[in-house]
Amino acid sequence: MLNYDLVIIGGGSAGIASAIGAYDNGLRSILVLEKEAYLGGILNQCIHNGFGLHLFNEELSGPEYAERFANELIKRNIEYRLETMVLKINKDLTMVCSSVNGCEIIKAKAIICATGCTERTRGAIATQGDRPSGVMTAGLAQRYLNIEGYLVGKKVFILGSGDIGLIMARRMTLEGAKVLGVAELMPYSNGLSRNIVQCLQDFNIPLYLSHTVKRIIGKNRLEKIVICEVDNKNNFVLNTEKEFEVDTLLLSVGLIPNNPLLANLGVKMHPRTKGPIVDDNYETSVPGIFACGNGLHVHDLVDFVTNEGIYVGKKVSEYIKNGKLASEKYVTIEAGNGISYVLPSKFAIDKGVAEIKFRVTKPHQKSHINVIYNGEILKSIKKQYLLPAEMEDIKFDISKLDCGNIVLEVIDD
Amino acid sequence: MYDIIIIGAGVNGACIARNLSKYQLNVLVIEKNGDVGDGTSCANSAIIHAGYDPHPGTLKAELNVLGNQMYDELCKDLDVEFERNGALTIATNEEEMQGLYHLLENAKANNVKVELIDKEKLFELEPHVTKKAIGALYAPTSGIINPFELCVALMENAMDNGVQLNLNEKVIEVISENNTYLVKTDCGEYKCKMVINCAGLFGDEIQNFVCDEKVEILPRKGEYYLLDHFVDGFVKHTLFSVPSSKGKGVLVSPTTSGDYLVGPSSDFIEDKEDISTNKDVLDNVLKEAYRLVDNVPMQHLIREFAGIRAYHKSNDFIINEPTAGFINVIGMQSPGLSSAPAVALKVENMIMKNLELKIRDNYIKTRRPLYRLKNKSIEERDKLIKENPLLGRIICRCEQISEGEIVDAIHRNCGARTIKGVKKRVRPGYGKCQGGYCQTLVLKILARELNKDMKDINFKNKGSYILCEESKGEKNVKL
Ligand SMILES: Cc1cc2nc3c(=O)[nH]c(=O)nc-3n(C[C@H](O)[C@H](O)[C@H](O)COP(=O)(O)OP(=O)(O)OC[C@H]3O[C@@H](n4cnc5c(N)ncnc54)[C@H](O)[C@@H]3O)c2cc1C
Ligand SMILES: Cc1cc2nc3c(=O)[nH]c(=O)nc-3n(C[C@H](O)[C@H](O)[C@H](O)COP(=O)(O)OP(=O)(O)OC[C@H]3O[C@@H](n4cnc5c(N)ncnc54)[C@H](O)[C@@H]3O)c2cc1C
Repeated sequence: MLNYDLVIIGGGSAGIASAIGAYDNGLRSILVLEKEAYLGGILNQCIHNGFGLHLFNEELSGPEYAERFANELIKRNIEYRLETMVLKINKDLTMVCSSVNGCEIIKAKAIICATGCTERTRGAIATQGDRPSGVMTAGLAQRYLNIEGYLVGKKVFILGSGDIGLIMARRMTLEGAKVLGVAELMPYSNGLSRNIVQCLQDFNIPLYLSHTVKRIIGKNRLEKIVICEVDNKNNFVLNTEKEFEVDTLLLSVGLIPNNPLLANLGVKMHPRTKGPIVDDNYETSVPGIFACGNGLHVHDLVDFVTNEGIYVGKKVSEYIKNGKLASEKYVTIEAGNGISYVLPSKFAIDKGVAEIKFRVTKPHQKSHINVIYNGEILKSIKKQYLLPAEMEDIKFDISKLDCGNIVLEVIDD
Repeated sequence: MYDIIIIGAGVNGACIARNLSKYQLNVLVIEKNGDVGDGTSCANSAIIHAGYDPHPGTLKAELNVLGNQMYDELCKDLDVEFERNGALTIATNEEEMQGLYHLLENAKANNVKVELIDKEKLFELEPHVTKKAIGALYAPTSGIINPFELCVALMENAMDNGVQLNLNEKVIEVISENNTYLVKTDCGEYKCKMVINCAGLFGDEIQNFVCDEKVEILPRKGEYYLLDHFVDGFVKHTLFSVPSSKGKGVLVSPTTSGDYLVGPSSDFIEDKEDISTNKDVLDNVLKEAYRLVDNVPMQHLIREFAGIRAYHKSNDFIINEPTAGFINVIGMQSPGLSSAPAVALKVENMIMKNLELKIRDNYIKTRRPLYRLKNKSIEERDKLIKENPLLGRIICRCEQISEGEIVDAIHRNCGARTIKGVKKRVRPGYGKCQGGYCQTLVLKILARELNKDMKDINFKNKGSYILCEESKGEKNVKL
């Protein structure tokens, strides 16, 4: 049986960053396991520019960003294996791995799970109608186009205004396909504002807010879709149907952390993020197992994934050096009015400063984020805009607090 | 000249083909779809019913009870997933209790083992059942099967023994010519001594080509929700409501792969190929399901689908020989899947009256088992990978299916030719991501193994293409 101090599952941007974070903090016995034949994960299919703005002040493409970090990994001689899938994690921190070389057990002192996310599918949102080919997630179409070099259709409609859908609207248009529109269930868009402008408005692609696909029609290949307005309870509004003759319907209706390994182990999951519940060191409910990246909660920008990965790598190296990380006194952190989730769910007081990531449930203009400690406002910051599509973070001093409960809330001015 | 042509490769056509393959016969199966078992046989409740429900004296009763008993051996020989998980018909009020007594009588007449159980025993057996339940009828011999594997395995074994299968070919006319038949298709025409009509929903058209007495098969749709497997788990038994005039009603059941089925509805429709799903129908299915359980874990919903029953007004199977050498196996509503092995036996006996059946010398009764790596120990897996490294490369991350298993599913007799074909045989694309991550890989493996361009790989039937053209623009050239 192979032994490592740290095994990282997933060689995407989160996994690579956490390996670098751990290494730079002194850890040497590290192994990264990646299912695919290459490092970099999802970045490899994101050939558009716009990565690394925050970290490098430069606009890189996804593969360029991935390569930069993969090179950092290689420079440090950190061991990694490709085409190696972790099938199972056990409570004693052993893992069952499969590759063309065999099936074996690897043991670690700590594990970081950085297994990325999956896209919500048509089945999960229960769109009515026939089940022809030509209805697929936007990420799948992106992979066919950007990695395999094939276009999935010529007349396209997109359901959901998530970023991948928006980026594919532009990409398919540039490839010569006709994108007839994007329908979004909510009365606001779920993508980054820059993507709405650069991917839809610049190409005159209409965005139908408060609309959804009511029916999918086609025997073998998609022939037609019917879209329809929805009311504020998501019911179809009568006589608002519009038909589009299309051969392709791309779904960009949300991403969900991909964690079968942790779920099977019985790790406690967060009802909102659908990833594991973690503490301030990003340790899950099973000691020695940590999580970061899209497997923990879905990120909009890779820069944030990288930062999170580096932080977790650093924490795990401390964990391995000291045998544990847990502190004596914690404040718990909860989502209050207008907040969809907060992460992590508790913070050690001896850390001095708490750094919390969160999302709001709906858009706000001119509002305040309040940090409430045991019923009193500890901190309040003004926000010009808040969007569910954009992850926010907030820092505040907790050094003078005692154990207790912190609630984050958003209040319109 | 063929001895026998079977029209339709659903579970009935496939099972008959397999039974006939043990004889020295020249058998051709013609199927209009791109794969076997893509009609009604791939969209149903997948229950091997115990046989207490059909009216005593009907063909349904006789063949269901016998068919159920034949499944252990059949599935062992063909390596098909099958489990006798037991069924519970749930009563929540006095009227439904009366219904259970009626079923109990039926069961006695059909010679099926069942037991009336009280509330206490019921909750002990099945903690997920609704708290409103007051009693249940327990049928321990009821089972669940993998219907995709079943159809494929039957046909594969038939082909291992020399049966010929023509896919993507539709029978457009059958002509009777002095003691033989001419079967015309959209690709050609074939002569044969006997025709077996297993064309499911279109069985009326086929029979009406050769018989003066016309029959009519009406489509009656059933829609379902499919929920993903999950750690805490849900029902272990198949839960039924007390049957009504509309049929067996909505059930809640595990599947052999650990997923959960909720459905079906039951509505007559116009178009025999309309397998669309509908919100109002499924909303109602869910409502009905709450008569059986207090909580349906809809957060694990992964798919909706629909299957179509081939209804005949007699409400029984039609298995007859309306004119010499032409056998009908039609009107095969539920329990058609459960009855298939017994139906095939009956048809075999009918054929014996027409043709001399001599056992084939080198007949192979069993199918080479699938790898089923998921059920193997680490050591067994390691050993297999050392022999065939592709078994170590995982393609589908939800269901953990290896490249070796996919390649095997392609190269067997009756092998997979489409994305859906691979999915039906070894499950990549059945999990939570529904192929979002692995479909590209599966498509590439299909293209490579079948020596085709990636563009020519279909999802299922002709016309269900996935890729339309090569892109002119950039791609990630580094990979
Ligand atoms: C389609 C898409 C488009 C995006 N576009 C942008 C953009 O334009 N700009 C931007 O800044 N950000 C973008 N993002 C966000 C950002 O790029 C991602 O959030 C980030 O790259 C995710 O990194 P990750 O390591 O968490 O996940 P991933 O990159 O998904 O990596 C996870 C890795 O884990 C591996 N894995 C999973 N399970 C196992 C297992 N059991 N064993 C071994 N390996 C396993 C997978 O193969 C994968 O390589 C996009 C995200 C997506 C999904
Ligand atoms: C909603 C629902 C639930 C059910 N649940 C159960 C259950 O739990 N248990 C049970 O025992 N039974 C169940 N059944 C019944 C069972 O599914 C059917 O009895 C069985 O699948 C019928 O098989 P078949 O081979 O007769 O028909 P099919 O599977 O429909 O096969 C007929 C084949 O003939 C082909 N064909 C048609 N016309 C032509 C042509 N002109 N040329 C060439 N090929 C042609 C079709 O493409 C098709 O593949 C259910 C049915 C439904 C619809």
